[in-house]
Amino acid sequence: MPAIQSPATEEIHPDVALVERAKKGDTAAFEQLVRQYERQIFRVAQHITQNREDAEDITQDAFLKAYEKLDQFQGNSKFSTWLVRIAVNESLMRLRKRKTSKTVSMDQDVQTEDGSIPRDFAEWRPNPEQLYGQNELGDILRKTIQGLPPGFRTVFTLRDVENLSTEETAEALGLSVPAVKSRLLRARLQLRERLSRYFRQKNGGPKP
Amino acid sequence: MTCTDFLAQLTDYFDGKVDPALLADVQAHICECHHCEVVLDTTRQTIAIYRENEIYEFPTELRERLHAAIMARCRPTP
Repeated sequence: MPAIQSPATEEIHPDVALVERAKKGDTAAFEQLVRQYERQIFRVAQHITQNREDAEDITQDAFLKAYEKLDQFQGNSKFSTWLVRIAVNESLMRLRKRKTSKTVSMDQDVQTEDGSIPRDFAEWRPNPEQLYGQNELGDILRKTIQGLPPGFRTVFTLRDVENLSTEETAEALGLSVPAVKSRLLRARLQLRERLSRYFRQKNGGPKP
Repeated sequence: MTCTDFLAQLTDYFDGKVDPALLADVQAHICECHHCEVVLDTTRQTIAIYRENEIYEFPTELRERLHAAIMARCRPTP
């Protein structure tokens, strides 16, 4: 049986010391945290909102909020997960304000099975990178992820783009681990199905 | 194992967390079912392509401007 408790000699994340210094008013320590995570926070915000100006505002607001609430950070999770959670909440709030999408909560999207059942079974050959130039590939990837419901897009972004663990993703989104896994499966399958229109082997198999 | 059963294991399969009692069945299904083999491969490629391609630019100019704006707002209150 594997041990349930983690070993006593758990490695301390370097952010812990920076956060402690920042809590005591050390601006340079906080600035280092900003430098470490500004790219990630901007990317998360842009993925969720699909809008660069919103992503800029959210990045600023998320760090300001983190700065103001540093005392509330207990260190039960990683600082980066806590920060991502703030950015996700700000991003979803921004989407609700814009009202360009009907489904902006993490809960509403789960009703749809649309696109989650594999229908395209063509292989991707040659590789997408061989098939398209960098710019064109970027356009395809942006357009495709944009079409995902925000709840699915958010889970996919945290787990697969930002490489958070399933548990960290659950924590950042306030969801259970099974809920993350279910959304992640559907997000991946929907993206795969949509990308297949571009990447499928051209000879053989039905046209999209 | 049916294709639906296989899909239900897909996330755990990527994470290397399939129940050991089921793993042989999952692997056998991949060998037997070409459709699921393709779904597995193209889903793996879907994840990889988004992970490897940074689709939103974060140019230095934007980074510096944002960084300055953040730090201007995050100052200790006297």
